[in-house]
Amino acid sequence: MIGLLASIVDGLLVGSVYGLAAMGISLIWGVMDVINLTHGAMIVAGMFGLYLLVNDAGFPVYAALPPVLIAGLLVGIALYWIAVHRMIGRPPLMSLLSTFSVNLVLIGLGTAQWGTVLFNVQVSLPGLSLGRYTFPGTHIMAAVLTAVIAGVLYLFLFHTRPGKAVRAVSGNREAAELVGIPTTRVLALAFGLGVALAGVSGMLIGTLFPFTVLSGDAYQLKSFVVTVLGGLGNPTGALIGGLALGLFEGLSTPFMPVSWTLVFEFVLFVVVLIAFPGGLLNLRWPRRAG
Amino acid sequence: MILRRPFFWIVALVIVLFAVAPTIGNNVELRESLLLAAVYITLASNLNLMLGYTGYVNFGSIVFFGLGGYFCVYFISALGWGLAPAALVGGAAVSAFALLFGLGILRLRGAYFALATIGVNEAVMAFVTNFTPWGGGTGIYLSTALFLPLGGPARALWTIYYILVGVMGVSLYLSYFIKISKFGLGLLAIGQNEDAAAVLGVPTPRYKALAYCVSAFLPAVAGGLYFFKGAFIQPTDAFDLQFSTEAIVIAMLGGQGTVMGPALGAYLYEQLRGWLLTSDTFANFQLVIAGVLLLIIVLFAPGGLMGWLYGRWPRLKKVLE
Amino acid sequence: MKRLCIIAAGALLIAAPAFAADDTITIGMTVSQTGSLNVDSVAQLKGSELWRDEVNDAGGIKVGDKHYKIRFVEYDDQSQGSRVQQLYTRLIVQDHAEYLFSPYSSGLTATAAVISEQYGKVMVIAGGAEGKIFQLGNKYLFQAITSADHYLSGAIQALKEKTSHADIAFVYSDDPFSKAVVEAARKQAAEAGFKEVLVETYPASTTDFSPIINKIISSKADTFMGGGHYPDGATLARQLYDQKAGLKWVSILVAPDSPKFASLGPAATGITVPSQWEPGVTYKPDFGPTPAAFAKDFEAKEKVGVDYHAASGYIVGLLLQHAMEQAGSIEPDKVAEELNKLEVTTFFGRYKIATDAQNHGLQIAHQMVLAQWQMKDGKLDLQMVWPDAAKTANPLYPIN
Repeated sequence: MIGLLASIVDGLLVGSVYGLAAMGISLIWGVMDVINLTHGAMIVAGMFGLYLLVNDAGFPVYAALPPVLIAGLLVGIALYWIAVHRMIGRPPLMSLLSTFSVNLVLIGLGTAQWGTVLFNVQVSLPGLSLGRYTFPGTHIMAAVLTAVIAGVLYLFLFHTRPGKAVRAVSGNREAAELVGIPTTRVLALAFGLGVALAGVSGMLIGTLFPFTVLSGDAYQLKSFVVTVLGGLGNPTGALIGGLALGLFEGLSTPFMPVSWTLVFEFVLFVVVLIAFPGGLLNLRWPRRAG
Repeated sequence: MILRRPFFWIVALVIVLFAVAPTIGNNVELRESLLLAAVYITLASNLNLMLGYTGYVNFGSIVFFGLGGYFCVYFISALGWGLAPAALVGGAAVSAFALLFGLGILRLRGAYFALATIGVNEAVMAFVTNFTPWGGGTGIYLSTALFLPLGGPARALWTIYYILVGVMGVSLYLSYFIKISKFGLGLLAIGQNEDAAAVLGVPTPRYKALAYCVSAFLPAVAGGLYFFKGAFIQPTDAFDLQFSTEAIVIAMLGGQGTVMGPALGAYLYEQLRGWLLTSDTFANFQLVIAGVLLLIIVLFAPGGLMGWLYGRWPRLKKVLE
Repeated sequence: MKRLCIIAAGALLIAAPAFAADDTITIGMTVSQTGSLNVDSVAQLKGSELWRDEVNDAGGIKVGDKHYKIRFVEYDDQSQGSRVQQLYTRLIVQDHAEYLFSPYSSGLTATAAVISEQYGKVMVIAGGAEGKIFQLGNKYLFQAITSADHYLSGAIQALKEKTSHADIAFVYSDDPFSKAVVEAARKQAAEAGFKEVLVETYPASTTDFSPIINKIISSKADTFMGGGHYPDGATLARQLYDQKAGLKWVSILVAPDSPKFASLGPAATGITVPSQWEPGVTYKPDFGPTPAAFAKDFEAKEKVGVDYHAASGYIVGLLLQHAMEQAGSIEPDKVAEELNKLEVTTFFGRYKIATDAQNHGLQIAHQMVLAQWQMKDGKLDLQMVWPDAAKTANPLYPIN
């Protein structure tokens, strides 16, 4: 029984980070109807950002968060202008392919530079023990930071002018334009935020597991599953979706061979896409007009 | 009459070139390179049925190739079938599977559909990795004895090559005949504006499902032949998403929605990739160059090569397709 | 004029390979320069290159009364099977490779072996341990390393010397190599009187092992055996430590043998790894360098620590060379005949292959050693702990 509880709690802890990663995709999707396939590369960038800052520049581990966040924002805005701006309004396929091609370029450059060697960031944090089971301190810290970031994002979106502008553009771009909001700049900002979220989640994942330049792919797939579970375009839903996925993984592993978890995850993914396109939670944020 | 259209003869010429060129001087290296090109052309052509005609992006189209490979290899190694029945029945089985799945996921539009196809591919790969009769994660190995009915490995490689060239040819012709048929017209209408097409009487769900099902058959057969030739199949090779994304790049590169486009794109891409793979300086830059190419096409020339050609020489539209 | 130059240059390029033919032997192989197998594959390549350079510096291989220099042609297979076949065909047909070395990893070797057999080329195998490759009726494959079946035999033996009772959790990557190793190990563990309390596989791309580790803890296992290749093995070690699994004995495949494993710090302590070879072994070679000499030359040249991948890369070259010298010919059939007969000891260990049709090419004489990371004077080092004849330190048990 304790074993099951331990699995569930641990699943939730790690799941929250998956949720953070998915929030990046969800935000961009919700605001501008673009599926950001550079997401995986940005997660990896966050991981490497952590590694370089901690190992080469001697930062304390969690102090790497602000630089990664800011860098993510800037990179995201740049990416918007390079690959996405011309694709707004065109069929989603086009932005899918343009972001995908940028992803290829980034991963290619990454492998050329760092090969596919495994990188590891040593983080020692005392964990919480419950009987025979231990919750690693890193997992707990990552979940806490995720909550903090999600909270900050909420405050930004609902209590600051730029944040409200983002929500306005997401709801109805023409109307926002009409009331004088510089929509293009807002879109760039939103994209930057999405990428920043990806980068930060990558940084947090880097504190949990070793990684290579190619690790982003698996997390990108997980992000998609989570985003769909939580409802596309709904960042809060993404966070909850992440927790749900973590919960599912925690609940299922004691009962079935671990190798079957992936099968169920992807089948769930397809089923939810077909049957519940609004996600399992059906929360609305904000209402889309047209 | 079909025989009067120049395009028919162009495709025939391509097939003959593929078949004859490597025989000059027993050029096995060329044969291997053309074999990969033929596989890419088959994949891109059939992908084009969905992508270029109906506008639905099948990101996970590799699942047909992989499943076809598994069925064929399993029939041959475990049930002792011959190559032809194994490949054909495998193709039919995968088409049936596609029809079943298609009914479900074709209800989705645009990006949702694309994501769902990725989900299908990953789910199938995860399942096969657990499926012991198909070797699970280890895969299936074929013993060299299985090549004896075909006259030994060396001759078998040639035979398989010719069959694959045939499959490629059928793919191109199929693409063409669909395009000029009423079915194809319906598909193109769906690609333009699905709701309008439905209102105007095009039976959209049925047509989409049929296109999806048809687009699965030849890649499945090609998969069966390809993995039989390699005498080894495992899940990570059979369901490699990178392969299907390359098919998309190729279809876009050549010109989606045209028949010649995927063929042209596949040939060029395969040459480029082969060169990149063995060039010392660029071996690591393969992905980068593929990415840059795709980005340029998407941003500036979404019609691909054919689109550019048609733009410069509009008269070509009468000759090529 | 410019066109003439280009044509002339083109003609020279086409003609060039033909000139290389006479007193050079071309050996072809693919290397995983990129992809998840790159760490071990490149180490293997460096071992082969050391052999090639030493042979060429000494004037080449002496066969009969001619001297042949060695030329390598290698391509990047990106750790993917799909390119391996095309590349090996290219090596044979375009680059005129007369002999082949295997890629790294059982999966890739299986794919390459098919091509090798289809064209009748001798392939000496350094990086493919799985036995199934040799059960498909081949005639030209020769395995230099211990096959997968025996990877964990040493670990089980060493454990038996320390305790008669163990509850083992077998957790391994779902790939041909790891599966073959663990399936054999389970039988051997049962024969040794140990109990298996958990058997699980995970997809090779898994990054989060915490659910599995919770399962291990729930199963009340006190011993762990399994893993796969480098990335997953390293993560497993780290997470077993983070989650305080409290195991008495841990044997992980491949990963702990890499010098990089030391970067895991305290998480690495006590982890054992079956190894094809360690620098401290005391084999007395019938020919070729001694273990110490090889290690020294390698580290002097490459400026990195030596591991068994490098040693296996070197030994395939050395064995091929020896076979050619003994056969007095570079004809593939004669060399193959020699490799079939050979029964020798080198710095790498013993060599003898199975010649029956069922298992042709399978290595039957080479043995693994067991190494363990131990903390000594505050420094983490890989010590050999089994068998007795080879050890540099006693095995630590329990490790926590």
